[in-house]
Amino acid sequence: MATVAELEVRAGRRAELGLLTVAWSIIVLSRALVDYHADFLVLSTLGWYALGAAVLMVACHIILRRYAPQADPVLLPAVFALNGVGLAMIRRIDFAYAQYRGRDTDFGTAQIGWSIAGVVLAMVVILIIRDHRKLRRFTYTAGIVGLVLYLLPLVPGLGVEINGARIWISVLGRSLQPGEFAKIAMVVFFAGYLVTNRDTLALAGPKFLGLRFPRPRDMGPLLVVWAAALLLMVYERDLGASLLFFGIFLGMLYVATQRISWVITGLALFAVGAVAAGVIFPHVRARYDGWLHALDPEVYSSGTSYQLVGGLFGMASGGLFGTGLGEGRPDLVPYAESDFIIASLGEELGLTGLMAILALYLIIVQRAFRMSIGVRDGFGKLLAAGLGFALALQVFIVVGGVTRVIPLTGLTTPWLAYGGSSMLANWIVVGLLLRISDQARRSSQEVGP
Amino acid sequence: MNEPARRLTVIVLLLFLALMGAASWIQVINADDLNQDPRNVRTLYREYGNFRGPIVVDGEAVVWSTPSDDSFNYQRTYADGPLFASASGFYSIVYGRSGLEQTENELLSGNADELFWTRLGNLFSGEQQQGAAVETTLKGSLQQVAAEQLGDRAGAVVALDPETGAILAMVTSPTYDPTVLASHDTGEVNSAYEELLAREDGPLINRAIGGDTYPPGSTFKLVVSAAALEAGYTPDTQLYAPQELELPGTTATIGNYGGEACAADGHMSLQDALRISCNTAFADLGMTLGWGVLERKAEAFGWGEPLDIPLPVTASRLPEDPNESQVAMSSIGQYDVRATPLQMAMVAAAIGNDGTLMTPYLVDTVRAPDLKVISTTEPEVMRESMTRADSDDLQDMMVEVVSNGSGRAAAISGVEVAGKTGTAETGRDTPPHAWFVSFAPAEDPVVALAVIVEESAGQTGSTGGSLAAPIAKAVMQEALRLDAEGDL
Repeated sequence: MATVAELEVRAGRRAELGLLTVAWSIIVLSRALVDYHADFLVLSTLGWYALGAAVLMVACHIILRRYAPQADPVLLPAVFALNGVGLAMIRRIDFAYAQYRGRDTDFGTAQIGWSIAGVVLAMVVILIIRDHRKLRRFTYTAGIVGLVLYLLPLVPGLGVEINGARIWISVLGRSLQPGEFAKIAMVVFFAGYLVTNRDTLALAGPKFLGLRFPRPRDMGPLLVVWAAALLLMVYERDLGASLLFFGIFLGMLYVATQRISWVITGLALFAVGAVAAGVIFPHVRARYDGWLHALDPEVYSSGTSYQLVGGLFGMASGGLFGTGLGEGRPDLVPYAESDFIIASLGEELGLTGLMAILALYLIIVQRAFRMSIGVRDGFGKLLAAGLGFALALQVFIVVGGVTRVIPLTGLTTPWLAYGGSSMLANWIVVGLLLRISDQARRSSQEVGP
Repeated sequence: MNEPARRLTVIVLLLFLALMGAASWIQVINADDLNQDPRNVRTLYREYGNFRGPIVVDGEAVVWSTPSDDSFNYQRTYADGPLFASASGFYSIVYGRSGLEQTENELLSGNADELFWTRLGNLFSGEQQQGAAVETTLKGSLQQVAAEQLGDRAGAVVALDPETGAILAMVTSPTYDPTVLASHDTGEVNSAYEELLAREDGPLINRAIGGDTYPPGSTFKLVVSAAALEAGYTPDTQLYAPQELELPGTTATIGNYGGEACAADGHMSLQDALRISCNTAFADLGMTLGWGVLERKAEAFGWGEPLDIPLPVTASRLPEDPNESQVAMSSIGQYDVRATPLQMAMVAAAIGNDGTLMTPYLVDTVRAPDLKVISTTEPEVMRESMTRADSDDLQDMMVEVVSNGSGRAAAISGVEVAGKTGTAETGRDTPPHAWFVSFAPAEDPVVALAVIVEESAGQTGSTGGSLAAPIAKAVMQEALRLDAEGDL
């Protein structure tokens, strides 16, 4: 057995505290700007907001110091910053709705509640799950829970259809998107399943064009996931979740088996499914049309690309530096606070602001992959890579939809967009990643059995 | 599993690069196209959301913006809308802009480069962007008198300061009220605009400077006279003036107004020919001088050149390569000679200003919101239309027209008025247009103007002398009054 040179990894809790201070400034200043521009600046309210954020951050910091001292120091501040920018933007959109639309919304306050709940949930995850490897025991439970969560909206009486997508369920008068939580459960399931079966999936199979392709009998799982993804697309009309679900599986399969042939097979399957869906189902075809011919007068006037083009107009009017918080017209795009928050941010913060936001996401994702490389157990590697890739893919699908890189789908932008389910689920991801990173950065001696 | 995880990181990086590329494309590279897309209401809202500067006449705003409670933030308001519509134009959320609202848009909206420092100041003080004030050269009372005089007859009046070229009055009739077009109720605006557009008398056309230009009729004889004087004629040079002049190469003849003879012996001086507006004499004179001479002189008065005052002015036209009989017809302002009322006012102004034609302009001063002057129009020489000596002769000849000729209706007691009548045929069956161009006082004019009343038949007189001259007289009197009070 090779000897591994022990690297002294600095815990970085002090660095984290410094970064949290920066994130705190962003949170407080962005809200102050929004309030100031709306002539709504009340110093005492802002003071409570700033104090609340500080208390939450310090609490996180203390918990991490005590229960995950080696956890990644960059992750938490980056997520806090994104969350704060999202809160400010949503509050700004509330003001815009009130000013121009006569709509009395209070998404901003509700979102503060969801954010606090999210942070608390992340800390609960850290406190309860002391070792991420214990999650492997729940591999198949997670798989079943994930599938059930995905399928819940299809249950009559429970599922609610909003804007053509059946991805919500109604619980106690509140609508929830179970798909957001299903995403996490599926990553846990894939990690557990793949770490067990990776050898079979990786080694056997016929060679074709220099690539070793999987044996048909090993294709079972891939086909099941593919079918499930198509089901999502067709019955829940949720193109985004379907793409995300299948993409996560492919990414993790690749990490587990290191075989590009799996990815090619999977992408081919997905392409076939996507094209077939476009041919068979009119609502899918309409999505494609709205994407490819968004600016075409006929498509635009049919309303298919109205929202997308509205977002493009908004971002274009923002230009390089944006109109400034409070100076744009984000209210002109439907769902400016949720699905199109990226367009709203692009309009008021400009390309510069958008680049900064994307860079923050990239940092978070990159940290997740670093954990994957650093952690010693295969399950942890797959879990971290899976969570990181899920996050990256979700951002790509939603931002790519708004910026016309891919067809528009209805996914939420993690930590930015308005919505409780998404906020809670993504903070759980933060908790899990922090937990894994604590293990990844510990020296091997410290790692318990 | 570390190696594929690293590769996956690279893939993620590529995905994000695609997003950043797309965002750059939308927000910077392709942004102009998207911002100019007519479906993009944001550009509209942003422009309308700014505090737009006022348009000022006589130091008082006649067009300004007031805060409104809707998405547009501001409502454009027009005091005396119909009176100043010829200059201000309209500012509509549906049909865009016209007039000064259009040509001075960058300044009014505050987006002009000249306002950069003001904008920068606003940025730091947190104040809203404000547009500049555009002060026009118009005189409200002169505009008022001219409009009242025209009444509901179709036509136009343009008055210039001969020394500077400043446009003192620019009236077109019928006119419209920009207020209805500035409404934020799209339906209301649509129906009002459609109605204006459908009207046969064309209220949206600025007859003073554009639209269908008019045949200048006998007022063009001023240009022919100027050409003759330059060619060595004197006011006393005898011209051939038969009762009827045969047009070479045709069977048609040119007669005089009412078929009368100009002179008993068939000859008369240049001065007398202009005084009584003798057609046969000028037709013959034109043919004698030759088209080239006439064309050059007309161009010296501004024909053929489009102007921006800053409103775009249609270029007045001359016939191309006319034959002898066409030259004869052109010499009395018929055939293919066309002129805007502004062009005819420029002729009067150049003669009154000792032969120097000044470039006409409508915007005097532009002021930043802090009242600092951004730009002032300096009077500019456009052409030396004729020599000082020639213009002196022509001035005297025009004084004769008013004191003793066809333009007596424009005479003002105690003031020497120089003028010229015109009755322009528009076709065999359509009634003629009545013209009058003049300036006063003849020695050192404070105002030069052109009046046209369209298709004047059925109205008393129906010649330039009887119909247009009284309007000119009233406008000149008002100008003289303003001058006496030091307001001109």
